[in-house]
Amino acid sequence: MDTFLSIDYPTWWFLVVGALFSGYAILDGFDFGAGAWHLFLKKEESRRIALNAVGPVWDGNEVWLVIGGGALFAGFPVVYATLFSSMYIPFMLFLLFIIFRAISIEFRGKEEMLWWRKTWDISYAVSSIMLAFLLGVVLGNVLQGIAIGENYTYHGSGFFEFLNPYSLIVGFTTLFLFMAHGAIYLLLKTEGRLYTKLTFFVKRGMILFMVFFGITSIYTLLYIPHLSDDFKSNPALFIFPLLTFLSIANVSRLAHKRSFGWAFFFSSLSISLLLSLVAIELYPMMLVSTIDPAYSIDIYKAASSTKSLKIMLTIAAIGGPLVLAYTLFVYKTFRGKVKLDETSY
Amino acid sequence: METEILARLQFAFTIAFHYIYPPLSIGLGLVMVIFESLYIRTKNPEYHTLAKFWTKIFALTFGIGVVTGIVMEFEFGTNWATYSRYVGDIFGSALAAEGIFAFALESGFLGVLLFGWNRVKPWVHLVSTIGVFLGSMFSAVWIVVANSWQQTPAGYHIVGEGFHARAEITDFWAMVFNPSSIDRLTHVWLGAFLSGSFLILSIHAYYLLKGRYVEISKKAFKIALVVATVFSLGQLFTGHHSAEGVAHNQPAKLAAMEGHFEASGPADMYLLGYVDKENQTVSGIKIPGGLSFLLSYDFNTPVTGLNAFPEDERPSQINAVFQFYHLMIIIGMMLIGLTLYASFLWARGKLFEQRWLLKVFVFAAILPQIANQVGWFAAEMGRQPWVVYGLLRTSDAFSQAVSANQILFSLILFALVYLLLFVLFVYLLNKKIKHGPYDESDENDRPLTQEITNVITNN
Repeated sequence: MDTFLSIDYPTWWFLVVGALFSGYAILDGFDFGAGAWHLFLKKEESRRIALNAVGPVWDGNEVWLVIGGGALFAGFPVVYATLFSSMYIPFMLFLLFIIFRAISIEFRGKEEMLWWRKTWDISYAVSSIMLAFLLGVVLGNVLQGIAIGENYTYHGSGFFEFLNPYSLIVGFTTLFLFMAHGAIYLLLKTEGRLYTKLTFFVKRGMILFMVFFGITSIYTLLYIPHLSDDFKSNPALFIFPLLTFLSIANVSRLAHKRSFGWAFFFSSLSISLLLSLVAIELYPMMLVSTIDPAYSIDIYKAASSTKSLKIMLTIAAIGGPLVLAYTLFVYKTFRGKVKLDETSY
Repeated sequence: METEILARLQFAFTIAFHYIYPPLSIGLGLVMVIFESLYIRTKNPEYHTLAKFWTKIFALTFGIGVVTGIVMEFEFGTNWATYSRYVGDIFGSALAAEGIFAFALESGFLGVLLFGWNRVKPWVHLVSTIGVFLGSMFSAVWIVVANSWQQTPAGYHIVGEGFHARAEITDFWAMVFNPSSIDRLTHVWLGAFLSGSFLILSIHAYYLLKGRYVEISKKAFKIALVVATVFSLGQLFTGHHSAEGVAHNQPAKLAAMEGHFEASGPADMYLLGYVDKENQTVSGIKIPGGLSFLLSYDFNTPVTGLNAFPEDERPSQINAVFQFYHLMIIIGMMLIGLTLYASFLWARGKLFEQRWLLKVFVFAAILPQIANQVGWFAAEMGRQPWVVYGLLRTSDAFSQAVSANQILFSLILFALVYLLLFVLFVYLLNKKIKHGPYDESDENDRPLTQEITNVITNN
C-alpha cells in the first residue's frame, strides 16, 4: 500500500478527520457549553453578554462541523453512509437543534417583548444542551458498536435504539465536559458579578464531568472489552490516558487559581486528548458491528481511493493554514471582554 | 418504492427551501462589495449607510442558508447511503474543497463583517466583506461542480460490482471541469446575482414609492439596476450555452424540456405548451424547427428525441420538466425586458418618474427566485431516472436501512420547522425594511438633508 512518511493514506486521513472533529468539539463545544448555562443566568444583561461572547464566532465554529462531515464523506464514504443512515433519528434531531440554536441567537434580540426573548432563551439553552448530549450519544453508539449487517445495512430495531445505557452515559459526560469548557470561555469574556457567578459554574461543571467520566471509564472497562485491546497489546499507549487525566486535573487546578486563560487551554487540550483516546480505542476500526465482526468497517474497507485521498490531503495542506490564519484574525479582532454595542445580538 | 418517493420528496423540499437563501447571499454580497468600495473611494457616508443596512439583511439570509445547508450535507448520508458510497470518492473531494476553501472563508470573515464596523479599519472591513462574498462564490463553485459531475460524469472509472460498485477519481481536473461545469456554474452565479440585485431594487423601489430615504434609495436603485441589467442579459449567453451542452451530453433531458419525441428529426421550439405523454404530442405556440435552429443554426437538422431512449431511461415527468424549463425562460425574458426598459428610462433621465414601473419592481423580487427554483427542478427532474447520469439510478441510491416511517417523521419535522423559519424570515425582513437604513427622526443620522419634495410625489 502507498504510504507517505511511512504512514498509509487511510491512516493520514483518519488523523485529518480526527483533527477536524477535535477542532469542532473544542470550538462549538464552548458554544454549546455557554448556551447550556444560559437559563442559569437570570439578568437580561448577563444573558446578552453571554450570547454576544459567542456572537461573532459561533457561525465560524459551526463550519468545522461542515468541514469535518465533508472530510468523513470524502475520505470514508462507507462510514459516512453507514453511520448516518444507522443513526438516522439522532442525526435528524441534531439538525433540528442546530437550526433552533442558530435562529435563537439570530432572532432573540430582534424584538423587545419579554415573551419573545424568553422563548428564544429557552430554545437556545435547550438546543445547546441537546446538541452536546446528542453528539455524546452518537459517540457512545460508535464506541459500543452498531447493529451493522450485510451490505453495510443497519439492522437495529425501533426509533429509540440509539438510546441505550452506555450512549446515555457518554451523552451526559460530553454535556458536562462542554459545560465546564463553555463556562471557562465565558469567564474570559466577562467581568463583575457575572464573572463571580461563572466561577461557581465552572466548579459544578468540572465535578459533574469528572463523576460521569469515571462512570464511563468503569463501564467501558467492564462491558466493552474490545475498546481496551489496543492498550493491552501496546502498553506504551497508556501515556494517552495518563496525559488525559493530568490535563483534566490541571483544568481544575488552574480554575481554582483563577488562571482562566490557561484553564481554557487545558480544557481544549483535554477535549482533544479524550478524542485521541477514542481514536486509539477504535483504530483501525471505525464502525464495529455488534452482529458479526466480519461486518465491521475498518479504515481500509471504508477509505476512498489513494488517488482521491492524495488530492484531498493536498487540498487540506493548502486550505488548513488559511483557515487557521483567518480564524486567528477573527478571534484577535474580538479578543477581550464583551462590550455591547448597536451591532450586538 | 414508498421509501424512494419519500426520500426524494424530502430532498426536493429541503433543497428548494435552502436554495432561497444562498443565491440571495451571493447576490447581496456582490452589491454590498460595490457599496462599500464606493464608500471608501468617495467617502460619501450614504454608501456606508447602504452597506450597513444591507449587511443586516444579508445576515438574515446567510444564517438561514448555513443551517439549511448543513441539513443537505447530512441528508446525503442519512437518506442516500448507497449514493454516498457510490460518489464519495469523487463528490467528497469537491465537498471537502468547498468546506475548506469556501465555508471557512465566508463564515470566518462573517463575524468581522457583522460586528467589526467599529473594531477594524474601513479597508480591513472591506477585505472582510470581499472575503465573505468570495467565499459564497467559491461555495457555489464546488457544489455546482459536484452536481455537474452527476449530470456529465468525467475523470472517473468504476470499481467493484453490483452493490459494491463505486466511481473512483482518475483525473481531478477532468472531474472539476467536466463537460457541464462551467456553463452551469456561470448560469447559477448569474441567477444568484439577479436574485440579490432584484431584492435590492424591490426594497428601494418601495422606499421611493413611499417617499422615504429618497436620495439614498435612488443611488442604491441605480447601482442594483446596472447589476441586474448586465446579468439578465448575461443569462442569455449562459443559458444558451447550457442548453447546447444539455443537447450534446444529456439528449434525453433536452428532449423532455422541449417535449420532442421523434427519435430523430427536426425539432420545434415551444414558447408555451402542454405535453401529452401518452399521445406524444405537444399543444402550444411553437416556432417550427426552432430547436433545430437554436442548436445548429439550421431549421432542418435532426435532434435526438425521447423515443431514441428505452422507456426506463427517460424522465417520467416530461410535462413537468417542460413546464419548469419554459417558466424559467419566460421569467428570464421578463427580467430582460424590465431591466432594459428601466435602463432606457434612466438614459433619458426619467427613471423615477413612472410609479407603475417602481411598483412592478417591488414585486419583481420574486421572479428570479422562481426562475432559480424551476430551473433547478427542470435540471434535476430532467436527469431522472438517474441520480448519476447513465451510471446510478435514483431507485438504487437511497438508504436501505432507513424506513419510510423514519423519513416521514423527519419530513414532517422539517416541514414544520421550515414553515416557522420562513414566517420568521418574512417577519424580520419586513421589520428591517420598515425600520429602514437609518433613523428618520434623528437629524444627525441622515446622510444628507432630505428633500421634502421629491420627484415621485410631484408627479
